[in-house]
Amino acid sequence: MTRPEGSSGVAVALPDDVAALAEVPADKGEVHVVHLYPREMSIYGDLGNTRCLAARLRWHGYRPVVHDHHPGAPWPERVDILLGGGGQDSGQVRVTEDLERHADRLRELAADGLPMLMICGMYQLFGEAFITVEGQRLPGLGILDVTTRGNATRMIGPVVLDTDFGSVVGYENHSGSTVLGEGQRPFGRVRHGKGNNGSDALEGARVGNVVASYLHGPILPANPTLADGLLEIAARRATGEWAPGEIDDTVATRAHQAQVRRLLGS
Amino acid sequence: MGVRTTLALAAGKTARAASRLRGGGSALPGLVTERIDPAVLRHTLGSLPRGVVVVSGTNGKTTTTKMLVALLRAHGLRVFTNPTGSNFTRGVISSMLGEVGLRGALAADVAVVELDEAHALHFSAQVRPTHSLLLNVARDQLDRFAEIDHTAQLLTTLAEQTTDGVVLNVDDSFISRIRGRVGDGVRVSWFGVDPSIADRLPELQEQDVRAEDTSEVVLDREERSAAALLLPADDGRAFTVRLPGDPGADVGPVTLRQRGLAAMINATAATAMARHVLGDDFRAGVAGAALARVAPPFGRGEVIDVGGVPLELVLVKNPAGFTVALGTYGSEPVATMVAINDNYADGRDVSWLYDVSFESLRERGVALTSGVRGWDMALRLRYDGVEVGDVETDLDAALDRFLSDHEGEPRRIFCTYTAMMHLRRRLADRFGLARFGEDPDA
Ligand SMILES: [Zn+2]
Repeated sequence: MTRPEGSSGVAVALPDDVAALAEVPADKGEVHVVHLYPREMSIYGDLGNTRCLAARLRWHGYRPVVHDHHPGAPWPERVDILLGGGGQDSGQVRVTEDLERHADRLRELAADGLPMLMICGMYQLFGEAFITVEGQRLPGLGILDVTTRGNATRMIGPVVLDTDFGSVVGYENHSGSTVLGEGQRPFGRVRHGKGNNGSDALEGARVGNVVASYLHGPILPANPTLADGLLEIAARRATGEWAPGEIDDTVATRAHQAQVRRLLGS
Repeated sequence: MGVRTTLALAAGKTARAASRLRGGGSALPGLVTERIDPAVLRHTLGSLPRGVVVVSGTNGKTTTTKMLVALLRAHGLRVFTNPTGSNFTRGVISSMLGEVGLRGALAADVAVVELDEAHALHFSAQVRPTHSLLLNVARDQLDRFAEIDHTAQLLTTLAEQTTDGVVLNVDDSFISRIRGRVGDGVRVSWFGVDPSIADRLPELQEQDVRAEDTSEVVLDREERSAAALLLPADDGRAFTVRLPGDPGADVGPVTLRQRGLAAMINATAATAMARHVLGDDFRAGVAGAALARVAPPFGRGEVIDVGGVPLELVLVKNPAGFTVALGTYGSEPVATMVAINDNYADGRDVSWLYDVSFESLRERGVALTSGVRGWDMALRLRYDGVEVGDVETDLDAALDRFLSDHEGEPRRIFCTYTAMMHLRRRLADRFGLARFGEDPDA
């Protein structure tokens, strides 16, 4: 994905190609999308989530502004929605220091209701702690009351969930096994796949507008209801209201339904 | 050579004869043999006079292996190799059964085997390679190998187990940093692109997974003078493999039968290894002529004649490979179909499609998407502004429609592995192609 860089390392607009697809003017206001650590934490197509949100904002008549936040860079001056993805172990090591620096800010933004989508590795880092295979305890941000243990076996495969945003399809690939603390809401209930730990049929976690999940895919393109659910919160924060346009989601819906039918047989 | 090996080979040969009669799979005879003598590979390959060369890495193994075999044969060596697509230990054993005597004597000077990263270690535990050619590390079928760091580690271990020499890609930091890990006395040679075309490297690599702070390997003067460096000609079709230490010895200009920058890099890698193995016996003229004759492995840019117009089948299996394929073909827009399956051999996770930019398809659009994940492919294209004519998930129906809607025009199908096998079988029935698994000029 090419995003034109502004002077402050801020991407100023959607790529022309996607903007050109919109047949409506972008006159409903700016919405700022911040992608955390796109280099280190965006394996398995997670950048597709950012691209999906930016495109949908534009199609709805908003002007998306995408910021890439890299380790060590100053915090973006404005954020209406925050995204993070999965990474290699080496990638996670490289972002921890930056994450610590912004920990208080992130906890405040979460408490303030900022919509966030944290996938896989970033989901784990948003939890209470990660306990390595060797038993070492690495503290997380504590935004979500979840604890993850390193695990010898990976949980891999296609997933279907029931969530507050309707059914959600995706693909999981994680070796961490996550358990929710008491009272911690999951993101969804597993109808196909392993989920957080393969035993309690729960997947991801949700606190306020923070949605966390193991699902790659990337998760948003084939789950437009989830994408628009997050955008609604972001647009209301940014502009005071949500005035969605009409988007033709035939292809997204067919892709979604094909997976549901295949995996659930219904 | 023990009795056990003889028994194993006899049993394997019997199984091979039986499975040939049935027209069956190629791995079973290898399995039978390996069960009886787990060390059969060591007993047969371990004593070849010019050693055992392993080719591994994510992209380009099959093409590079083919080119290396052609280079060595052109220099008069008898080469044992595993045929296209059978790059597992048992596949290697199975292909050996046809060529080996019961006492384990293989009529070859050298073995060149293509192995994927995980199987390379299974193999090297039995036969330590004398030489390893390590091409690149990219995201591929991550549900099998899980993480790119892990894949890089597998190749590092392979290099550590190699006894005589390794040839490394100077432009891939996952590979070049292996330099520090080879054993004492193991010679390191290099291949890469000429610095004048370094700006084209992003076409071949996924930069996003390479950390910024990765300390780049810089070759000293002596190393650089011994490296094989690719320099494409301005016309984009011919190229030279520059051997800076020995200007008179450059290979080329050569025009390959397979198109694209990736194939040129594979040829450069194969040339570097051939030179490494042959030493003073290497002849640039012989090498250039041999490379020019190599036919593309089937399904990798294979062109099929359909009623007098070309239909190209292009195998895509990971972001770097798909990006290269689009870079190679995107400049000549033709009627295009994309077929994506998600069976085990395709990689079950299709999220990698979001790590490829499809902008080059925008001008002409995509006529049809197909395969089990045909809708997901259409959705992906929508986010790159590529118009999709229609989605037909059934491959047979899609192929029929694609052929009839674009009769008389050149056509191209990008497809994942099992989609390609399926389409090719159907095309073979209709247009009489070489049978499956049969390499047209093997
Ligand atoms: Zn993951």
